[in-house]
Amino acid sequence: MIHSLFLVNSSGDIFLEKHWKSVVSRSVCDYFFEAQERASEPENVPPVIPTPHHYLISVLRHRIYFVAVIQSEVPPLFVIEFLHRVVDTFQDYFGVCTEAAIKDNVVVVYELLEEMLDNGFPLATESNILKELIKPPTILRTVVNTITGSTNVGEQLPTGQLSVVPWRRTGVKYTNNEAYFDVVEEIDAIIDKSGSTITAEIQGVIDACVKLTGMPDLTLSFMNPRLLDDVSFHPCVRFKRWEAERILSFIPPDGNFRLLSYHVSSQNLVAIPVYVKHNITFREGSSQGRFELTLGPKQTMGKGVEAVLVSSQLPRGVLNTNLNPTQGTYTFDPVTKLLSWDVGKINPQKLPSLKGSMSLQAGASKPDENPTINIQFKIQQSALSGLKVNRLDMYGEKYKPFKGIKYMTKAGKFQALLSN
Amino acid sequence: ISQQRGNVTMKFLREQVTSICPGMTSVLSPCDVTTATSHCVCVCVMSYCWCVTVLYWVCDPQMIARGKNASDLFPAVVKNVACKNIEVKKLVYVYLVRYAEEQQDLALLSISTFQRGLKDPNQLIRASALRVLSSIRVTIIVPIMMLAIKEAASDMSPYVRKTAAHAIPKLYSLDPEQKDCLIEVIEKLLADKTTLVAGSVVMAFEEVCPERIDLIHKNYRKLCNLLIDVEEWGQVVIINMLTRYARTQFLNPNMNEDKEEKEKKKTEATAIVKRKPYVMDPDHRLLLRNTKPLLQSRNAAVVMAVAQLYFHLAPKAEVGVIAKALVRLMRSHSEVQYVVLQNVATMSIKRRGMFEPYLKSFYIRSTDPTQIKVLKLEVLTNLANETNISTILREFQTYIKSNDKDFVAATIQAIGRCATNIGEVRDTCLNGLVQLLSNRDELVVAESVVVIKKLLQMQPEQHSDIIKHMAKLTDNIQVPMARASILWLIGEYCEHVPKIAPDVLRKMAKTFTNEEDIVKLQIINLAAKLYLTNSKQTKLLTQYVLNLAKYDQNYDIRDRARFIRQLIVPTDKSGALSKYAKKLFLALKPAPVLESPFKDRDHFQLGSLSHLLNAKAGGYQVLPDWPEAAPDPSVRNVEVKESVRAVETVTARDRGPLGPSSGEDVKKSEKKSKPRIGSSESESEEDNDSESESSESEEEESEEESEEETKKKKKVGNERLENTPCLAVHAVFTQPPPLPVSVPQTIIPSGNLKTYELLHRITGEGLSVEYCFSRQPFSPDPHMVAVKIQFTNSATSEAKSLHVEDAKLQSGMRIKEFPEIGQSTFHNRIPLLITVSVVMGIDFSCSLMFFVSIQPPVGELMMPIFMTENEFKKEQGEHRNQCMEIKQYGPHFDCHAVVQRVTTAANLSRVPCGSDKECRFAGKTVTSGSLVLVSVVTKEDGAAQLTVNCEKMVIGTMLVKDILQALTQ
Repeated sequence: MIHSLFLVNSSGDIFLEKHWKSVVSRSVCDYFFEAQERASEPENVPPVIPTPHHYLISVLRHRIYFVAVIQSEVPPLFVIEFLHRVVDTFQDYFGVCTEAAIKDNVVVVYELLEEMLDNGFPLATESNILKELIKPPTILRTVVNTITGSTNVGEQLPTGQLSVVPWRRTGVKYTNNEAYFDVVEEIDAIIDKSGSTITAEIQGVIDACVKLTGMPDLTLSFMNPRLLDDVSFHPCVRFKRWEAERILSFIPPDGNFRLLSYHVSSQNLVAIPVYVKHNITFREGSSQGRFELTLGPKQTMGKGVEAVLVSSQLPRGVLNTNLNPTQGTYTFDPVTKLLSWDVGKINPQKLPSLKGSMSLQAGASKPDENPTINIQFKIQQSALSGLKVNRLDMYGEKYKPFKGIKYMTKAGKFQALLSN
Repeated sequence: ISQQRGNVTMKFLREQVTSICPGMTSVLSPCDVTTATSHCVCVCVMSYCWCVTVLYWVCDPQMIARGKNASDLFPAVVKNVACKNIEVKKLVYVYLVRYAEEQQDLALLSISTFQRGLKDPNQLIRASALRVLSSIRVTIIVPIMMLAIKEAASDMSPYVRKTAAHAIPKLYSLDPEQKDCLIEVIEKLLADKTTLVAGSVVMAFEEVCPERIDLIHKNYRKLCNLLIDVEEWGQVVIINMLTRYARTQFLNPNMNEDKEEKEKKKTEATAIVKRKPYVMDPDHRLLLRNTKPLLQSRNAAVVMAVAQLYFHLAPKAEVGVIAKALVRLMRSHSEVQYVVLQNVATMSIKRRGMFEPYLKSFYIRSTDPTQIKVLKLEVLTNLANETNISTILREFQTYIKSNDKDFVAATIQAIGRCATNIGEVRDTCLNGLVQLLSNRDELVVAESVVVIKKLLQMQPEQHSDIIKHMAKLTDNIQVPMARASILWLIGEYCEHVPKIAPDVLRKMAKTFTNEEDIVKLQIINLAAKLYLTNSKQTKLLTQYVLNLAKYDQNYDIRDRARFIRQLIVPTDKSGALSKYAKKLFLALKPAPVLESPFKDRDHFQLGSLSHLLNAKAGGYQVLPDWPEAAPDPSVRNVEVKESVRAVETVTARDRGPLGPSSGEDVKKSEKKSKPRIGSSESESEEDNDSESESSESEEEESEEESEEETKKKKKVGNERLENTPCLAVHAVFTQPPPLPVSVPQTIIPSGNLKTYELLHRITGEGLSVEYCFSRQPFSPDPHMVAVKIQFTNSATSEAKSLHVEDAKLQSGMRIKEFPEIGQSTFHNRIPLLITVSVVMGIDFSCSLMFFVSIQPPVGELMMPIFMTENEFKKEQGEHRNQCMEIKQYGPHFDCHAVVQRVTTAANLSRVPCGSDKECRFAGKTVTSGSLVLVSVVTKEDGAAQLTVNCEKMVIGTMLVKDILQALTQ
């Protein structure tokens, strides 16, 4: 299974290493660096690199490569999924997963890695168990530790690993019992130049933040569960119950977790919340091009479209742009040719637009690449698919919890193709 | 050390460190520590007593090279292994594991600490001691490790057993000679019934003895049933292993289809070997059914594992279910996408229909990384067929305009493949590609030329104008591969372009010396072909080219020139071959087949590293082919021990008053038992009684089997019934339910039954309900406690439709309701003043609160097991660590009274005992099967002592309370 782990930063330095079996020399990473050099973009480094004696499996998150060294056959997804779990745990512990954060908390990092794998096989990856073993650093605790000389390692032996619900610690107590659920939907779409939809699909997740005392048993039901085409659950959800009644029944983990991710069946027509009108022309022989872009709300169910951000990779021939936004700010990076326009909120009465000219390389012919624009936006208080939570009930505990639910729609990979 | 502790602490620390080990100062200066993190980690931990206890350096080759080897500190650090502070302890462990290999002798100093830890009453400490002990790579302690693993493998705590399973591969890698001993341990642990152990032991199995597939037989069904509750990483390992297992044990479900394909090739062979229609083995079905829900897992590795299982094992019609889940994974991180797409590419070749509905999910976004784009393209190409090709080509058109040139090149290749595979669009594709020849980007043009060359080879006659067009390109295009392709084309089809060809050769001869090697070779080729067809015009040119080639730097080219000159230019010495030169050069060449690089990759197990790399990785277990004939399926049957069966038969007879008292029950059990005997009979030649295959899945299985089969089986079963009437009666009436696989021993309960009131006669308006715990195993589900409910109707009218409505259960509990009473037939109505009883099963899930109305005393949550005195002593000794409850209590009764009182309070069986001063009882909890041991000892002074050993602390405590109350009241 997993032999060693190397953490490589964006400048190609190994800043942390950990071995679970015998020590593997860090020179093994040279093969990784070679592959990195060959790849044009950081994300084009192949996730699996064979070397004469080892195999390197890497993931890239937060501009850090997590390179795992393995020696024999193991499902690659097993390693990849585990590495992502490591990153998630770091993020959970330190808030961010950056090189600086890892270096600052290097002791905790080592302790975590030690607990997560035994002899290269995952041992405890559930965040609740880990938190019982090693307390996450907080400012207050850091201060206290410095004064008293105590440590982050839990003094009590963890029992979570022994329980039948390994994702929940025992003896949880809160004065305010609350359970919050966020239904977040992302719409992925490709819109062609005429404004018609090539593909569109909705992916959603329900993220929960549950702070309830004791061992509550929750059930969550939907008004329209038929919408959910394909779902994947947190291990706490009872699958049989979902199969039979389309009800989510579960003993929740303590704190934040992803309860469910789903895909809305593609039979349903997806409402596209924004439209783009554009006119981009490059005249043959001239060193000028015209650029015009207007955004507008389409089917938003009466909610405002916020946090709109438009970005586009312009053709290489474009030297600079001279544009005027009616609202928001725009930037153009002449090196990477990346145009980005921070629009903000769309006002249906006064549609935001970006107009102006582009200067092209003198003498160069008309660029024939196809610029696409990526749009990001948010719509608060509505789930685009129309999914609605019906009710949330709690069994097993006597108190009355405070329950809350929030809906949000975001753009996922929302692209519009410009000009031919 | 992080900066958190501040410089003041650092200074203090440094002083302390220097006093302990001089020479460490340079490393510990604060600035050094912050920069040091990139290549060295030095952690100092202060224990509560404010002195530096541990220095732990992790894996720093540079520091070692500089002579600052952290292993110098070994003795000082290892001393701290006995430290009470947990963090210190843990860090010492890390240090020890890292450096023990280099300091073998000193590492031995710590061993005794771990050996002590292995005996600790706390299971977590036992486990962690074993974990570290087994991680120390020092050969000399192999015997100690072996002993520790063996002991831990029979520990009461599943967590310790899990750790033992983890330790097995560690020991194996340290000393492979221990293999045989380790296999014994693996065999033992494979029989473990807890989910915690299952994943780890299968992992150990895969690393140590993956070839010992015979060890799996007996545990196969159990593993299938446990699978859903195993932790996710274990699931992946188990599913992969079971895929291999199933391939060796079951028949190919697609046998008939595959055969049809073969039939086309050789009809005679199949005519002789006519096989009977395929019937899926119930165990095969069990595996498919139990893995399916895992497609919903949040863990991509689990989903992939199930997908590959279905791909390799499921009947063609059922494989489709995995497509949706795989498409879902494509939303995940790009690394996950990469691996999934590789697998989808392989699958889409063999089972194209499966992914066709999801075509749009493979459309490419400009933000995808190139490697993902190329893979998606591969999948789209594989999915292309006559109906969707126009949509796909339209997509491809947009891709060609992408900024990403590697991707554009791949798209052109893909168009070429679509064109070869689908004849109808060949011309359209060709035209599109020709248009690309005027693209400004040279790479695009070059790639198109290469693809056009391949396409033209299929029908050159119609396309001489394209060849002409390409000939013109030689002036501009510089990419060697493209130039070579054009030259080859012109040479090959020089008869279609008789005027242009010599001219191209003329131009090429001019630039010959500056060309790349592959181009040079093609120029020679072109010259030779022209010489053969049109020697008048090209004779001199050819000789010129050959002369140039003769003095080329590359010996390949010199060689080729010499060879061709001999072959085509007629001289006196020229051999017999030159007559055939024209045939040699201008033979009709077969058109190339454009194949997916993923074709035939499915001989590697999908989802594996080897599949991804398309090369066998170390330790890869080959996925075997389906067997021709299925091996004996009865190897998976789990038998019940002979002795237990004897006990059962005897007691069944003696059990007059305890048996079901009404016809209702008999009827029910009759219904249940008949088909079961029938179906299981076919599985093995065992006695009726011993049949232990009670898993409900089996019953369903047999229903699904073909009608004929079932009929036959039923017949067999009935015959058996008649032949052994005595046994059959027992089976039907007393119905010691066919013993569940997981319960090795069952014993008849003793003690009096206590009746509890559920509904009083007055409140129930004449209907009174009582319940008691019948202490019989509950047949439909061995993990449930049987609750006998007695309805007595003393009212003036008949009671109808009695049933359980809306049982509100606590989490983890399950209920098996009794069938409705008094609904349809008159016979079933409860007449006046008559008592009817039914049996209902409830799984209390070892929890103690049951809010509705039935409150089980803790003693009813267990079932008695048979044990000899020695066994009892052994178990008690082993579980001394488990939550021991000792209570002294007052005056003592005689032995008989004690037995009676204890068995009334709890469903336990008495363990035979030599001394009359001690009474022992044994049992286990129904749901989880944890052992419960009770002993009552009389002391000299007349007082007595009660000891309860139980893994479940709550149950133990409650039981002590209950028994104590029973004894003292």
